Amino acid sequence: MATLTVDGKVRLERAFAKARAERRLAVVVYLTVGYPDRDATAPLLRAALDGGTDIVELGVPFSDPLADGSTVQRASETALRNGVTLDDCIREGADLVRERDAAVQLMGYTNPFYRRGYERLASDLRAAGIAGVIVPDMPAEESAELDRSFAPSGLVRVDLYAPTTPDERLARLLPSARGFVYCVSLTGVTGARDRLGPDVGDLVARVRRHTTLPVAVGFGIATPTHVAALRGVADGVAVGSAVLDVIGRAAVPDRATALRDFVRSLVEAGRS
Amino acid sequence: MSTTGRYGRFGGQYLPETLMPAVGELERAFDDARRDEAFTQEFDRLLREWVGRPTPLTDASRLAREVGLRRVTLKREDLAHTGAHKINNALGQALLAKRMGKHRIVAETGAGQHGVAAAAACALLGLECIVYMGTEDVRRQHPNVFRMKLLGAEVREVDAGSRTLKDAINEAIRDWVTNVRTTYYLLGSVVGPHPYPAMVRDFQSVIGREARAQHVERVGKLPDVVVACVGGGSNAMGIFSGFIADRDVKLRGVEAGGLGIESGKHAASIVGGREGVLHGARSLVLQTDDGQIRETHSVSAGLDYPGVGPEHAYLHETGRVRYVSRTDVEALEGFQLLSRTEGIIPALEPAHAIADLPHIRDDHGADTDVLVCLSGRGDKDLDTVMERLA
Ligand SMILES: Cc1ncc(COP(=O)(O)O)c(C=O)c1O
Repeated sequence: MATLTVDGKVRLERAFAKARAERRLAVVVYLTVGYPDRDATAPLLRAALDGGTDIVELGVPFSDPLADGSTVQRASETALRNGVTLDDCIREGADLVRERDAAVQLMGYTNPFYRRGYERLASDLRAAGIAGVIVPDMPAEESAELDRSFAPSGLVRVDLYAPTTPDERLARLLPSARGFVYCVSLTGVTGARDRLGPDVGDLVARVRRHTTLPVAVGFGIATPTHVAALRGVADGVAVGSAVLDVIGRAAVPDRATALRDFVRSLVEAGRS
Repeated sequence: MSTTGRYGRFGGQYLPETLMPAVGELERAFDDARRDEAFTQEFDRLLREWVGRPTPLTDASRLAREVGLRRVTLKREDLAHTGAHKINNALGQALLAKRMGKHRIVAETGAGQHGVAAAAACALLGLECIVYMGTEDVRRQHPNVFRMKLLGAEVREVDAGSRTLKDAINEAIRDWVTNVRTTYYLLGSVVGPHPYPAMVRDFQSVIGREARAQHVERVGKLPDVVVACVGGGSNAMGIFSGFIADRDVKLRGVEAGGLGIESGKHAASIVGGREGVLHGARSLVLQTDDGQIRETHSVSAGLDYPGVGPEHAYLHETGRVRYVSRTDVEALEGFQLLSRTEGIIPALEPAHAIADLPHIRDDHGADTDVLVCLSGRGDKDLDTVMERLA
């Protein structure tokens, strides 16, 4: 297998390119590692890929997830009770890259990454073939140290932008964006919502004025209808809480199939 | 962000992007307000007429004799309106929120003192007030829950994590993220993202300014040692700020040692913590090897927090302030000692500072004048203490 010579960032770019070639939205699936139990994660991740997931965001559980709504909070609490560590998350990612050549990122809060040390984190991610991180409590102003450690290894830190982000800030920060741009669809925390945030179209349009990178929309996206509404707006969708809800609702033996079918419905809804 | 948001490598703004414009707006509004004489005059007037400032300095001679020190003076924040120093900051920020045109206030509370102060300030200024409080703290500080409700605030219980102050802050920040356009977050200590640590210190610096002048007038000199309890660190920063430039005055912060540092069951973030990022700032944090925030323990709800203000982390590193910890048992002794010797029932938080007095004598000798920040009164703690002494 030649996969280990390809770096994580290339896998990310390839994932968006593939979706674009197939005239559909890329689907980014978030899963808290170790939820609902430690052994569930590996089969669930594979089921998500079988359903057509383009990019996997491995959620690193944290004790104080202040940007997350109750679904991710509870998943995090469960995962921590199950003893999940950052090492476990990196190991799950490495396995997925090795077996499936998947595009994988870690999504987690600053402190566990900081405690590991950004240099060591960079070498661990690089060795695992993981593309990089999304850190919801690390805005651009606080990212210099992590960016310095990531740059030589070609790892990416994907920035989040929100409806409250003013244009002047987008203009200042987007030129240094790498990989793709993550737009937060609503003013709030994560969690499945009934309808799309009213500002999402405007935000994506404002972002595109300053970058040619692919744009993914996340937070609150819960249904194929939401995904369909983002055709022609975004390049990808990120779905987290709704995924955890599907897993949590399914009977234990049906979890993987339920997840695979749900992801498939999202992928199909994104086709033009 | 301005460089003033950093204390060495501590501080910063580790926040969701959604809030970044809001903290920028807050920083500008605060800078603008503190330069506006009309604002500072209104703040000073309400501190006098509504809070009851200046709070007295009390000579605690029977206490001094008991602990073997030449002189102990108490800065009586327990006599401020609502019973603790928290009101200084709550009033300042509520005035600022009103000036910014934000009429919905969210706050967190641990002991309930900040919640009560925020609720009172909001009632005074006609602002809506929502207070987040962990269910464990609701249980152990229920008189304050009732007070907040009487003052017109809505108390929302937080049943997540350790169900204490840290979790109340998480939930208040989530509310703020969701309602940022209309909502002002009234944070109760010198923690959180810039500009809160600087702003809260500023509103609390009245403690240090008054105490310094009062001590010089009363005793004819500065104190040798100034001691305060440290939870997030606002009463300590408030009193220390008056003396930081006086290099001969020793400053001493007392953290909650709980069942003892060795037990792991404590809330001493400086004495027992490591560098990390919590609630928007880099500081010293109680955490596991994997970077998870640890559960804390203290008999005092107001000190039961796994982090500390970034300026304290910096003052610890530079050595300007010495930080120590006192256990639950010592604090309970301090609580009784002050009650018995001076007729003043302190809150369990500053009881940690009282409990440190014999150690100050051991470290600095009997010929020492010590100024204690008596940050609050003990009514809220009577149930806890009754249970513990039974
Ligand atoms: C009386 C009193 N002192 C001290 C504290 C601790 O806070 P800080 O360290 O910010 O002064 C509290 C907190 O609730 C309190 O009520």
